[in-house]
Amino acid sequence: MASAPSRPAIEVTGLRKSFGGTVVLDGIDLAVAEGTTFSLLGPNGAGKTTAVRILSTLIRFDGGQARVAGHDLATEADAVRRNIGVTGQFSAVDDLLTGEENLILMADLHRLGRVEGRRRAADLLDRFDLTGAARKLASTYSGGMRRRLDLAMTLVGEPRVIFLDEPTTGLDPRSRQTMWETIRGLVAGGVTIFLTTQYLDEADELADRIAVLDGGKVVAAGTAEELKRGLPGGHVRLRFADAARLQAAAQALDDTTRDDEALTLQVPSDGGVPALRLLLDRLERADIEVAELSVHTPDLDDVFFALTGRGTTTTEAVR
Amino acid sequence: MSDALTMLRRNVRHTQRNPTTLVMTIALPVFLLLVFVGVFGGALNAGFGPPGGDYIDYLVPGILLMTVGYGAGQTAIAVNRDVTTGIISRFRTMAISRAAVLTGHVVGSTIRTLISAVLVVGAAMLFGFRPDADPARWLGTIGLMTLVTLALTWLAVAVGLSARTPEAVGPFIFVVQLLPFLSSAFVPPDSMSAAIRWFATHEPFTPIIDTLRGLLLGTPVEHGGIVAIAWSVGLALAGYLWARALFRRDPAA
Repeated sequence: MASAPSRPAIEVTGLRKSFGGTVVLDGIDLAVAEGTTFSLLGPNGAGKTTAVRILSTLIRFDGGQARVAGHDLATEADAVRRNIGVTGQFSAVDDLLTGEENLILMADLHRLGRVEGRRRAADLLDRFDLTGAARKLASTYSGGMRRRLDLAMTLVGEPRVIFLDEPTTGLDPRSRQTMWETIRGLVAGGVTIFLTTQYLDEADELADRIAVLDGGKVVAAGTAEELKRGLPGGHVRLRFADAARLQAAAQALDDTTRDDEALTLQVPSDGGVPALRLLLDRLERADIEVAELSVHTPDLDDVFFALTGRGTTTTEAVR
Repeated sequence: MSDALTMLRRNVRHTQRNPTTLVMTIALPVFLLLVFVGVFGGALNAGFGPPGGDYIDYLVPGILLMTVGYGAGQTAIAVNRDVTTGIISRFRTMAISRAAVLTGHVVGSTIRTLISAVLVVGAAMLFGFRPDADPARWLGTIGLMTLVTLALTWLAVAVGLSARTPEAVGPFIFVVQLLPFLSSAFVPPDSMSAAIRWFATHEPFTPIIDTLRGLLLGTPVEHGGIVAIAWSVGLALAGYLWARALFRRDPAA
């Protein structure tokens, strides 16, 4: 994955936004390298959509600085708009126009000219598997088709930075796969993707870097691997043949969590080979036979819940 | 300018796709025309028949204003649909003229309403409407109709922008369609009960309808024309400023 530092496509420092008296973004910092996929992860209400709406020039912000595609968000909004594309959570397509007309509308607004506009519309219809439905009204499209048309409309202007706000929410698994393929294709073509999602597997699958947003703050940032590393949740699970062995093992090892019913013992561990060898050595020295051993490395779910579900102490520890 | 033209094309295409909109803005006024001429007309003519002519001649200007009202209602719904479906948000993130989408709605809607009005006048003539206007008065009629349409359309745009749901547009449509009944559209306010008469003489539709009537029937317009223009310009300005303020605000959804 291309996470090597290059020119930042999005640079955000101390971004703040309140609605009424409610602080939604409490000074967030983000940096997204050009040609990479960045995922903003967070529970509902964390401020993900607000961040996208600000960075895509839709709403104003209260404080901090932001540059998108090399332009200042506050003073060069139109320059930013020339370089971005936005596909929101709800498909912003014109229901009373056909798929093709929707794309040509975008082409006209981008002043592509008649011939080039039609050519690009035809290309996109083909690429998003909508050619067969090109002359049908968008109101007759299925959810997946609407989402594809929405993204196709976003691509008409060939944006360098694309904001995708929960692009697969509500899609069936197949449409979701198609969307992922499309996103990968865009990144391969040098486009920068700013993706918000509630789906951890989606971030894990697509994102070069991830930031976890909770309560208006970035509580963790890094690659998926970095986030998982050193996180509570990684453990080795030992199962024993009987209660006596379980008892003996619990005495021989520190810091364990035992389950008398299942005859298992959980030992915190990063799951690495040296740690496993050490653990097995200790058990052997105490002459305890293990019936079964399994290693559990934390997945993004663990990261997510550790960061957003268990209060601030865990959050601080991970930072 | 070119963005506004693109948006106008979009608006015209919407009308082509959804001809019900246009049909309704013509069918409803024509239906009312039939009901009032055919059902109540005889009684009204016999009772306090407006001086100098048939009841239909008295009625048409009010029906024209109702046509404008129906058109405005459709515009409010269309603008609100753009807001609630999120397509306005899409336009806002593009490097295009900001107000183009509103301009497209206003110009498209005005053209649609004026076409409806012409067709309604045509239908009225089939039913016996005999206007008596010279070219200058026709020009005045067209001018005032355009002005009124612009006024109600800008108000409709503002209402469409402010409503959170399509249902919230309902009260505007109700008021626009109710006001003609409480005006000089169907009967002269002189015949109304005191409170309603007071309202009917002071609400904006009455001077506008009276002026249209004067222009179309070739009767004196008097100072009512000034009042009609003042109301139209005032409403247009209020609608425009309200819509602009709403559009400049950060979108809520």
